Formats: sequence, C-alpha cells, structure tokens
Amino acid sequence: MSSSNRPLSPHLDVYKLPLSAVISIVHRGTGAFLTMGTLVLVWWLMALAGGEEAFMSAQSFMGSFFGRLILFGWSFALFFHLCNGVRHLIWDAGYGFEKDTVEKSSLMVLGAAGFLTFFIWIIAFSFGVGA
Amino acid sequence: MAEFTLPKNSVVQEGKTYLAAEGVTNVQEVHVYRWDPDTGENPRVDIYNIDLDTCGPMVLDAIIKIKDEIDPTLTFRRSCREGICGSCSMNINGRNTLACTKDIGEIDGPIKIYPLPHLPVVKDIVPDLTHFYAQYTSIKPWIQSTTPPPPDRERLQSKEDRAQLDGLYECILCACCSTSCPSYWWNGDRYLGPAILLQAYRWLADSRDENAGERLDELEDPFKLYRCHTIMNCTETCPKGLNPAKAIAEIKKLLVERKIA
Repeated sequence: MSSSNRPLSPHLDVYKLPLSAVISIVHRGTGAFLTMGTLVLVWWLMALAGGEEAFMSAQSFMGSFFGRLILFGWSFALFFHLCNGVRHLIWDAGYGFEKDTVEKSSLMVLGAAGFLTFFIWIIAFSFGVGA
Repeated sequence: MAEFTLPKNSVVQEGKTYLAAEGVTNVQEVHVYRWDPDTGENPRVDIYNIDLDTCGPMVLDAIIKIKDEIDPTLTFRRSCREGICGSCSMNINGRNTLACTKDIGEIDGPIKIYPLPHLPVVKDIVPDLTHFYAQYTSIKPWIQSTTPPPPDRERLQSKEDRAQLDGLYECILCACCSTSCPSYWWNGDRYLGPAILLQAYRWLADSRDENAGERLDELEDPFKLYRCHTIMNCTETCPKGLNPAKAIAEIKKLLVERKIA
C-alpha cells in the first residue's frame, strides 16, 4: 500500500484547546510583544539622551491615544507574563499539576494580571500622568 | 517550523449525508472523517443519522452501528470496548479520547469524529502510529539491571517502591495525550511527547531498574524532553485520568537534582 499520499489528520482546526493551552499561547505572544516593548524603551531612552527636542517628540507620541494604547498593552503583557512566569516556576518545582488546580491557577493568572494592570494605571493617573 | 494549516492533499471537504430510516424518532447526527487511499481524493466528512433508541451508550457503539447497518466501508480500530486496549483512541468533539468509554449522552448536538490529530492517515479514522511506537522503543521500556536476579524468586519491591509506579503503569499507550500536544504536532519528529515521556519516567521511578543515569543522559536533550512547555493538553485529555505533564516535570526535576547534587 502506498503511504506517500497519506493526508495529515486535522489538528488546530478541530482541537478544542483547554484554557491552559490558550494561556500558554498568550504567554508566548506576550513574551514576543514585550521584546518589541524593550526596543521602544531603548528608543525612548535614546530620545532622552538626545536632548529636549527629541525627548519632547518621543513624549508626545507616547502620550497620544495610540501611544497610551500600546503602553496599556505592554503593561498587561508584562503583568501577564510575570504572573504566568511565577506559575511556571511553581510547575518546575513539581507542584500544581492536578487538573482542577491548573484550572484554578489559570483563572488566578488572568485575574492577577488584569488587576495589576488596572492598579498601575489608576496609580499613574492619580499621580497626574493623564493631565 | 510549525505549519499551522493542513497541506493541500489533507484539506477536509464536505461528504455524503445519510438520512435516518423512516419512523425513527430519536435521531443522532454523527459526523465522521473519511479518507480512502484508493481514490486519490481529499478527505471528507460524511454525516450519518442514526437511531439512538437501537444504539448502545458509547460513541464506539454508534460507530459499530454505522458500519453494521449503514456503511460497511467505514474503517476504524477497536478491540476491548472497555478502555484497556487503547485501540479506539480518536478525536471526538474536539478532544482526544477512547470511543469505547465516551458516553454519547455527554455530547450536545452532533457527534464529530476525527482521527487523532496531526498524524498521517492510513484510512478513515485509522492513523499511522509507526513513529510513536518507534519512539517508545527508543526509551528502552524494560528493566535494565546489572545485578542478577535472585535465583529462587522475583525481584521484590517494597509496598512504598511499588506505589511509586501508580499513575504510571496504567498508561495504555493510546496516544491521546501525545497527539493532543501542540509541541508534538510541530516537533513530533524529535520531541518524544507526553505518552513516551510518561513511560520514560515509569522506568526511572522503578526501584528495580539500575540504569537511571543512562536513561537521563538519553533524555537530556532540547528536543526529546524540553519541547514540553507545560501546555497541559495531555493531562486534560488523558482518558485514563493520568498526568503525563507531572511525569515530565519529575524527569526535569531529576535532571536538575543530578546537576546540583
């Protein structure tokens, strides 16, 4: 029997990913997104070193609606990656592998990341960043 | 590099629909992936409408009923029909499980049956598991010992040592976990996958085995072991309720402990 023309069975299209798998994908996505954020941080620091004019233009971009939107995204990415990273540390120590524990820790990671993101923005605005 | 879409010859097309016999009131729709190696056509999904009143309780019963009464060309693996042989593992409504232990009553709407994901298909819902078995062979799944066994009896274990194998020895190698794992989908050529790694740990955890050092040497590899990113699909889907993700974590721990000891 010929085996060369065998089709590959469906995978991503048909598999119903559990929450833990979705979080794993987001973990990798936020990691990549944070790398881009680091480049922007470098750009911002270079603008700071480049004098008043360069710094003001960088500031006005980061203060614009679009700038703040991606800053918000980066802050969430940072907190999500941090919280899930802590979960990975706990896993690496050999704990928290039971199905119901994984479900709970998935929700805890999402909750903690959301809370920390809003918390930091509330603090930022209360210090007059929004002004 | 991972390919997220199916190759051209694997794209699934619409198939035939078989209507229920007249007078049947308790109709269940069953969607089944079909591929015939003799036609050269792409795979398709056929829809069978069956009478639940004359069908057994499990998904395997429905599949056997289809083969017996509607379409004798439907091809699948099955043997024990009680969750111990691992033959009828397949993807049912998005999760890998054993058709013989999956209750039809748990499923809302149509039953959707596909072969285990990301494997070459031999025919219909029969996938080619040659590579999976070769990987199993590669971990040397037998006791390796330099000490000769006692002449008058078996190699004995304490109750505590025997308990170390609980949650490991029950694995039936149905491949549900390995084929649920995205890491295994993208890197299955070199990554051993959850089922084989659970088996690898089963021999590391056996007090009678004396070759742990060499076993760990073999596993210490960026692909064989460390493609596991704790996605947890394996543990979520295991039809025997085992925890391959935890077994893999135990192997990783053994490797760290060996380094710092």
